[in-house]
Formats: sequence, structure tokens, C-alpha cells
Amino acid sequence: MRKFNALFDAIDSFLRTPATVTATGSHIRDCVDMKRIMITVMIALCPALFFGWWNVGYQHFTVVGGMGCVISFWPCFWYGFLKWLPLVIVTYVSGLAVEVLFAQWRGHEVAEGFFVTGFIIPMIMPPDVPLWIVAVATAFAVLFGKEVFGGTGYNFLNPALLARAFVFFAYPSVISGDKVWVSGGNDAVTGATPLGLVMNGHAEALPSTWELFVGTIPGCIGETCKIAILIGAIILIFTQVADWRIMLSVLVGGYVTAFLCHVSGLCPVPGYRQILMGGFLFGAVFMATDPVTAAHTRVGKYIFGLLVGILAIIIRVLNKGYPEGMMLAILLMNIFAPLIDYCVVQANIRRREKRFSQLKTNGQ
Amino acid sequence: MKKYLGPLSKDNPILVQTLGVCSALAVTAQMKPAVVMALSVTVVCAFSNLIISLLRNTIPPRIRIIVQLLVVSFFVILVDQLLQAMLYDVSKILSVFVGLIITNCIIMGRLEAFALSHKPIPSLLDGMMNGLGYGFVLVVVAFFRELLGSGTLWNHPVVPQSWYAAGYLNNGLMILPPMALILVGVLIWAKNSLTH
Repeated sequence: MRKFNALFDAIDSFLRTPATVTATGSHIRDCVDMKRIMITVMIALCPALFFGWWNVGYQHFTVVGGMGCVISFWPCFWYGFLKWLPLVIVTYVSGLAVEVLFAQWRGHEVAEGFFVTGFIIPMIMPPDVPLWIVAVATAFAVLFGKEVFGGTGYNFLNPALLARAFVFFAYPSVISGDKVWVSGGNDAVTGATPLGLVMNGHAEALPSTWELFVGTIPGCIGETCKIAILIGAIILIFTQVADWRIMLSVLVGGYVTAFLCHVSGLCPVPGYRQILMGGFLFGAVFMATDPVTAAHTRVGKYIFGLLVGILAIIIRVLNKGYPEGMMLAILLMNIFAPLIDYCVVQANIRRREKRFSQLKTNGQ
Repeated sequence: MKKYLGPLSKDNPILVQTLGVCSALAVTAQMKPAVVMALSVTVVCAFSNLIISLLRNTIPPRIRIIVQLLVVSFFVILVDQLLQAMLYDVSKILSVFVGLIITNCIIMGRLEAFALSHKPIPSLLDGMMNGLGYGFVLVVVAFFRELLGSGTLWNHPVVPQSWYAAGYLNNGLMILPPMALILVGVLIWAKNSLTH
């Protein structure tokens, strides 16, 4: 039975609070452990998820039933829930299988990190994505994004985004275009996302700002409702699980770039609407703030966030191949985050050296 | 004899020395170009090694790199012309990568490390085995990339039509060079796990 130690340990930690504590070294006694952080993030994701369930059903019944049909609340909710349930089960089974296999093989413990990853992955997929693709993408992301680099805490890319990027590049037909965003849609009825509309030059057909804000638009399960995402952001900021500096600087970077693009005539969409479209807010609140893959220094966080925002809008506006730039912008900045931190730390060291040498010459 | 078999296993040019990776990423989207590329590199590597080994006592050390480059370019041009004449379609796919064999680190490495200090026949064998060691990795990577990326092998469809009907899709990422890098990484990983 000792062979299955990693598996046993994982189940034990998941079901109960383990009694093992670090024996040596100085550490601060605090009730916040990794499990609690992960649970907080999942609670913060819930408003967006609940709205996502309803919206998947709402979009489905609108398209299938035509514009005029009466849509009641609970059927929409259940429809979306039943769409989401298999996705999340497949994600957890596939991702945890890889995690447990690696934990067994490498002899480390199964970390709680995957619970949030597995929770986010279904929320950033289109509702009708084939389950086997989700399984393959999750396994790929956990394996090559995290485990080969040493597991939770050592990954330099956000695993959930990596899973989405894998689907995006490997199976573009299931995650891009106008056909995939409404569940149960067919070739006759398409539900283009706002970003898709802009890319194809139909900016005048965009939904109103209010619809963008409330989220009654086609899109990934978790990304559409900006109110729910803001509630999640408040929970994360209030509990200090995610850093408001990153969220703020992503918003500022994105808004300023979008504003400039609009003023200079590159893009017909006003800046504030760019922020409300696609996964910009979801990425800013839940993905860019990932404590492992974002920059760690305070100044670095501002730089990281600003560049994520700027790049996301630049990709959206200038690259006609990719309607959504947020995913690629965050992944790219994930790669540069250690470099940003290095530069910030080095600059700090240089500044202090200078100050020290000045003090010394003054003292003599 | 063991010395010559090294490149095929524990001294593989790609997996252990990490040389020649660039072309390994570029030409392995399909089996056929990969095999042709592997053979081309093997031929160029073997015969450049032979010629340099024959000339090794007459080349002044200060200009040896230029002489090596000349010999390698001679064989590369020969191979390029042959491919254009006999296998025009493959030659189109390989495009600049045949010409770039000149800059393949494996070939220059073998000339410097082996041919300049060994007799002609061992040099010929060494060049050949290094080319084959390189080619082996190319073919393995190309096998997976073509099978998973295009559903074909050697341009013949192998994934049954019924799979596609059931919702199977080719993996577009396999066609792109980044996936070749990951596959080479996986091979290195597998090799390290087996030998350590």
C-alpha cells in the first residue's frame, strides 16, 4: 500500500485538514494555506459560473426558438448546467489522472493547484466543445505546462490558459468562428461573439453596452457576465488572494490602448467597449493574477499588467487571424514575468548600492 | 565498432548533443521529406568526413574551416541538384533546408572532432552513423507529427474515415514547428529516463 502514498495523501488532504506542519525554519502561523486560497478563488468564480449556466441555455433557446419565444429561467439554467457538468468531470478526471500519475512516479504530493485549473478550464471553453478534446487539452496542459517543470508552483505558464491555447491551435474549428459559441446551434443560425463581429467588419451589429455588461451575449461559459466577474474580483481583492495592482494595470493598459486605437481610427470600437468584450475582464481578474505565473515584485506587477492589457488590445485590433488577444497576451507575459522581476530586483540593488556608496563618501 | 554505434544510442547528435535541432523542427511535418532529409544529411556527412580525412595532413590548420565549408558545400549542391532532378516535389517541400545542411552543426562538428584526426574509412563510418542517428530522430518525430497532424503516413491515409465521422479531428498543432520542439523534448526525456 505504500506505493500509493501520493494518491492516499491527496485524498486525505482533500477530505480533511492534514496535521503535518513544517518542523524547521521560521514561518508565520496563518490560517491561509494553499487549500484555502484555492477554495476562495473557486468561490469567486461561482457568480460567473452560475450566470454562465443560465446564459448557455438562454443563448441556446433564443437561437433555436427564434427571437420572439418566451424563455423562462429554470430551463435555461438546467440546460447550461447539464452542458457544463460533463466538461468539468472530464477536465478533473483527465487532469487529476496526469497529476496523480506524476505524483506517484516522481514521489511528490498531489498539490491542490489543479482544483482551480480544472474549475477554470470549462469556463473558458465554448459550450459545445467535444469532450475528448477537453480531455486531451487538459492532459497536455498539466503535463507540459506544469508537471515537467516540477509541478504546482514551478509552472511558468498558466495551465488553464495553456489548455485553451492548445485547443485554439490544435483544433481551431471547435473554438473559433461563428458556429461554436451557441450551444446546439447549427449552420443556419450562427451566434457570433462581439469580437467575431468586429473582426469581420460588422461592428455596427454589436450588442449594446448594457448587454455586453450584463453578459447576455454568446461566448465562453464564464466570460460573458461582467457583473459576476466584478463580484469575483471584489471577493479576490477583499480576501487578498489576488493582487489588485495587476487587475488595475491590465485595465489601464487595455483601456488606454483601445482608446488610442479608436481615436486613431484603427478600430471602430470605443475603448470602454473593448474592455467589456470577450474574455478581457475574465483574464484580467482570474488569469493574469495567478500568483505563480504573474510577476512577483510590486513594480513588476504594474509592468506585467500594463503589458498584458496593451498586448491584448494590439492583438485584437491589428491581428485579423486572432479575434481574442487576451489569452495570447497573458501567456506571452507569463514567459516574460521572471525577466521583469529580474530587472526590477537588479534596479533596486543598483539604487541601493549607489545610495550606500554616497553615504560612505559623505561619511568619510 | 561500439564507437560507431554511439550516435544511434547514447551519443545521439540530436538527443544528447542537441545539435541539428533547427532542421529537425522544420522538415518533420511529414515522413517523406524527413526521410529524404535524413538520407541527404547522411550522405553529405559521410562523404565530407571521408574527403576531409583524406586531406587532413595537407590542410593548413588556420584555414581548415574554409576548406571544410567548401567540401560540405560541394556535396550539398550535389544533393540539392539530385533532389531537384529526381524528387522535385520533396525538394520543393524541403526548400532552403537542403541548402542549410551546410550550416548543420552535426556535420561541422564531426569534421572538427573526428575527420581531422582519424583515418578515411573510420571517418566515413563515423559520418554515416551520425547522419543515421540524426535521421532516426527525424523519422520518429515525423511519424508522430504526420500521424497525429494529418492522419496520414507517407501520404497514405491511415486514420479511418469512420473516426472522422465520429468526431475525431487532426491535431493542427502537430503541423506547427513548436510541437516538433515538444516532441524532441519528449524523446530526450524518454531517453534520459531509460539510460539513468
